[in-house]
Amino acid sequence: MELTVLGQSQTTAPAAGGCASSGCGSNDDQLNHLPEHIRAKVHNHPCYSEEAHHHYARMHVAVAPACNIQCHYCNRKYDCSNESRPGVVSELLTPDQAVKKVMTVAANIPQMTVLGIAGPGDPLANPERTFDTFRQLTEKAPDIKLCVSTNGLALPELVDELCKHNIDHVTMTINCVDPDIGAQIYPWIFWKNRRVYGRKGAEILIKQQQKGLQMLVDRGILVKVNSVMIPGVNDKHLEEVSKAVKAKGAFLHNVMPLIAEAEHGTFYGVMGQRGPTHDELQELQDACSGDMNMMRHCRQCRADAVGMLGEDRGDEFTMDKIEAVDVDYAAAMVKRAEVHAAIEATLAAKQQKKNETFISLSSLSIPKKESRPVLMAIATSGGGIINQHFGHAREFLIYEANAHDVRFISHRKTDLYCSGDDTCGDGESVLQKTINALKGCEVVLCSKIGYEPWGMLEEAGIMPNGEHALEAIEDAVAAVYKEMGEKGLLDKKPETKQRATA
Amino acid sequence: MALQIVDGCVNCWACEPLCPSQAIYAALPHFLIDAKKCTECDGDYADKQCASICPIEEAIVDSQGAALNPPGSLTGIPPERWEQVRAEIQAR
Repeated sequence: MELTVLGQSQTTAPAAGGCASSGCGSNDDQLNHLPEHIRAKVHNHPCYSEEAHHHYARMHVAVAPACNIQCHYCNRKYDCSNESRPGVVSELLTPDQAVKKVMTVAANIPQMTVLGIAGPGDPLANPERTFDTFRQLTEKAPDIKLCVSTNGLALPELVDELCKHNIDHVTMTINCVDPDIGAQIYPWIFWKNRRVYGRKGAEILIKQQQKGLQMLVDRGILVKVNSVMIPGVNDKHLEEVSKAVKAKGAFLHNVMPLIAEAEHGTFYGVMGQRGPTHDELQELQDACSGDMNMMRHCRQCRADAVGMLGEDRGDEFTMDKIEAVDVDYAAAMVKRAEVHAAIEATLAAKQQKKNETFISLSSLSIPKKESRPVLMAIATSGGGIINQHFGHAREFLIYEANAHDVRFISHRKTDLYCSGDDTCGDGESVLQKTINALKGCEVVLCSKIGYEPWGMLEEAGIMPNGEHALEAIEDAVAAVYKEMGEKGLLDKKPETKQRATA
Repeated sequence: MALQIVDGCVNCWACEPLCPSQAIYAALPHFLIDAKKCTECDGDYADKQCASICPIEEAIVDSQGAALNPPGSLTGIPPERWEQVRAEIQAR
């Protein structure tokens, strides 16, 4: 039984999936402060630009299985098709297969602008396979941007080779700058033909990372730094990391939550190390953002992900499906150029509209100055509007409204990285899981919602709202916040009705 | 005198380029070491190279069948803890 929402017409999801907020990205573009030449390099890179990730797609090819370090959040044995997290892949490719796959995907998903090599091991611990892939793609598919992510251990010795391949961007995972903390994250590294354990290993890794970061920046390569937030291990330390990498010249810092479940078989998962709560993550991201550009739209993709961020179309492009395909890349490049031009035109029009019609929230008759911020969860399938049924949402976009503006905070998955029910579930109903994932939110905005979830949400202190179906997300959030103010709901702390057992 | 790759190997390629004797080769279901070529790195390196980068405990054994990286030595997970967690997961 459905509650029909007044005024709702047929919902049409845009062709592009993935995250869908129009301004998922707060103060319109968090890259605004960057010099023009850097913005030009990242404006169509979905992993670096929040604006771009609504329109452009990326893919990873899993050509790099070997690793030169061990991290406590990684299990080198695993491949589960139900899981979506870094380091996990279903199919290892040779460089030739990877090139074929990239060209097939590029012909079929013209929005795909970026090819990354991210593992499942460390790309620079597999230099021949990684560079062979880059070399071939530079030649055969010059309209695809190449990028790579690395732990940095082998970076200093390979940085010049890397620069030969027309790579604009490198992502480095830097979890610490203090070897005592590093010893709690990295049990060992492989260095100069030996396995080096504990603090000594971490010290070498940190030195190499800082040196590699400097070398990349000196060569004009853009560096994004990823950090995994591990409560009780490096959570307090990451602000210092943020400062340090910014001082060296990294242009973006991405703090990601630790993913640790016992069934993943990782050290942290098995030993019961917890990941951060949504609040803890947001607090740290806010604390670091004073020092540097923070990234909040990262989806922690698999090392073989394909498509828009937030979606994975890898199953459509497995080797058995693409081996027989014959790609006319010259024709594909023409089509791709048209699609990219159309996206650019859309973005330009949007920017112009924003410049002309932007009305700041503070200019609206928003309730008193001291009103508290409110988190709202949005169900959307694309296009920056509220257009998804509550029960169909596999992730929610979280927005914060306060007296001055509305900003995108994060996305929360409802299937919690694992959608297999029998093997991975712990008996908790999917609905209860979704409600738990929305903890801290006071409102859910969606196109429609059934009676049962409505009641359960209310009971959990989260108000479902289907009145803003098909409206632009930011406008709807602002309107609901204003209504809450008029009802006097913003003066006091929300009633916490979260069930103790939840 | 030769090392062996056994069940558990995940075919990650890490060891293959390190072998000073080119004794390691890709095979199915997992990589193998040519016993005729393997020198256990004698004369080349102080540490056995394949076993020094291998991320999987018990995947490489010596000629007596003893694991060069015994359970818990690489992940830091005490074997009894892993057994307990595995039993808990299976009981769900």
